[in-house]
Amino acid sequence: MRKFLPIAAVALLSLGLAACGGGDDSSDSSSSSSGTVSDADVTAALEKGGDLTVWAWEPTLKQVVTKFQEKYPNVKVNLVNAGTGNDQYTALQNAIAAGKGVPDVAQIEYYALPQFALGKSLTSLAGYGADALKADFTPGPWSSVTSGGTVYGLPMDSGPMALYYNKEVFDKYGIEVPKTWDEYLDAARKLHKADPKAYITNDTGDAGLTTSLIWQAGGKPYTVDGTNVTINFADQGATEFTKVWQQLITEKLIAPISSWSDQWFQGIAGGTIATVATGAWMPANFTSSAPGGSGKWRAAELPQWTAGGTASAENGGSSLAIMDKGTNKELAYGFMKYANDGDGVQIRVDNGAFPATTKQLNDPAFLNTEFKYFGGQKANEIFAKSAQNVVTGWSYLPFQVYSNSIFNDTVGKAYVSSTTLADGLKAWQEQSAKYGTEQGFTVK
Amino acid sequence: MLVFAFVFLAPIAYTIYLSLYRNQLVGGNSFVGLDNYTKALQDSQFWSALGRVSLFLVVQVPIMLALALIVALAIDSGRLYGKAFFRVSIFLPYAVPAVVATLMWGFMYGNQFGLVKNINDWLGTTLDPLAPNIVLASIGNIVTWEFIGYNMLILYSALATVPTSLYESAEIDGASQMKIITAIKLPAIRGAITIATIFSVIGSFQLFNEPSILRPLAKNAITTFFTPNLYASSLTFSGQQYNYAATVAIIMALVTMVIAYVVQLRGSRDR
Repeated sequence: MRKFLPIAAVALLSLGLAACGGGDDSSDSSSSSSGTVSDADVTAALEKGGDLTVWAWEPTLKQVVTKFQEKYPNVKVNLVNAGTGNDQYTALQNAIAAGKGVPDVAQIEYYALPQFALGKSLTSLAGYGADALKADFTPGPWSSVTSGGTVYGLPMDSGPMALYYNKEVFDKYGIEVPKTWDEYLDAARKLHKADPKAYITNDTGDAGLTTSLIWQAGGKPYTVDGTNVTINFADQGATEFTKVWQQLITEKLIAPISSWSDQWFQGIAGGTIATVATGAWMPANFTSSAPGGSGKWRAAELPQWTAGGTASAENGGSSLAIMDKGTNKELAYGFMKYANDGDGVQIRVDNGAFPATTKQLNDPAFLNTEFKYFGGQKANEIFAKSAQNVVTGWSYLPFQVYSNSIFNDTVGKAYVSSTTLADGLKAWQEQSAKYGTEQGFTVK
Repeated sequence: MLVFAFVFLAPIAYTIYLSLYRNQLVGGNSFVGLDNYTKALQDSQFWSALGRVSLFLVVQVPIMLALALIVALAIDSGRLYGKAFFRVSIFLPYAVPAVVATLMWGFMYGNQFGLVKNINDWLGTTLDPLAPNIVLASIGNIVTWEFIGYNMLILYSALATVPTSLYESAEIDGASQMKIITAIKLPAIRGAITIATIFSVIGSFQLFNEPSILRPLAKNAITTFFTPNLYASSLTFSGQQYNYAATVAIIMALVTMVIAYVVQLRGSRDR
């Protein structure tokens, strides 16, 4: 209760954050790489070697680092797990503000990349010839690493969405795999009626899922043009999403269990949570955290907002980017290219990652992989198809990290009170716009 | 003196300095004078946070202090069987770190797994202590549980210093136990009650641990601006608005000082 003295705590904490605010201004200090860096320069840097610090939590990078160091024995990669998602971004932002301890390369999720690019924390990869790699990657991730026409990172993985469902539960109650979200709603009703303990899915308000489903519905709530930003959650896509999701909430058809909690995995394994709509990176998590569901689950295409459609969206996925304050950028680029475009990709795929490169996605060996968890189903075929059908033109806010942090303040109310989802989204829009304006953006 | 300047004055001075600037994603750092203060005074989220802890103060603190006082008087009456055991077990929760205590209560409150789920299953109720309109009371319950023992000890120590000869003469004069309490004991420990109240006022305004730890369990009920301290912390870490967070901290420090001072004035009046 009284353990947190506001003055001292906030002051000390801000001391660490802001003492260094002064050093922030000289952001154009990428003097080492004036002009362009050729492939030969990068190769030379790799041969010459040096130390490289990489912040990432992606588990398969460990094997990549091992192989990379075998190939380039002079390079020493220091792979640090500085936290997952937001935790790492906080650490990264503090390091950037302090101008000290900034890694050379950092893993940054697609939704967070624009924020770091705009803050001039990342090195533009234009001078490294990254533009030429465009054809190697699928369009969704590639557009995600491009901000204002400039490439700021290389896609590491991707999360084309799929609907995972518990076939055993579906068969037991004679439920068909839903082709549209309306059918999904019917399936939810039928299931919960047949077994009051079972729910079609769980949701307690998740910014990532909400934006992804609006994305799939063709909504474009965010448009970003430099520092001009528009936020609009009243368009067609958002409306279609709220129509279905509101009924799921009002009729209490979704379990009030947060994703990634123990109860969630228990529900997945035990059959009380019947479907999960999420990215293609999910299977590894099923296997490790809900082993009890093995053999019972299957993957299917995401239900559609319009009958007969094929639309899909991305959920999650991250890139590697070179920090502006990092040292030895040629070396950093060499590592990134190895891990995300070169030999590293296959190493990661072999260890269960879902790639963003067209080569691996079209590889018959990859497509024919049989998933034990899905009863031998060749799920990658579904994921690869989903990757091709991702709706184009989506963009995240340049301050999405903050915006997502207040999602439950606003939209979350719809899950626990009589506030409607549409009103929640409206409040989210207003709060986000307010923050954007305070941060110097022109928000409409 | 030098140590005092460094550990006490320097952070305050620096916080004030910070509160006069604004650092934007677009536009960078600039001096804005008192802009942050005018903004805070018009900030509905800040006011709702302040309102919430004020409500907490007005409801939870009297309940907790009244309970602590009853317990202290009961122990002091000397009629309690197993007095030492009683005293220690009431005080025990204070020895449990607030983080652990909150986690423990969080597990009990969970209507998807914990004790509350079991109760709901047995009784067929749909009780949810973490619902938005109840969660503040649930937090009040945790805080009361944690701090009754602490306040009881302050009051009991004060009671123990009252000379027993006073009670004896009162009894000879034919005063009832109730009369002894209102005429001798309460006036004697008035100073201790004031101190306990001031501590509780400060504690209420600084409410942070409990809501912050319960948040992952009830993220839709406990907002990022649930209490002023939680708000300052969210502003700093999620929003990178440490200048504004510093402003909130300064305003809260002032508010707390004023209220604590008022309590002290009232407590020491006509003595």
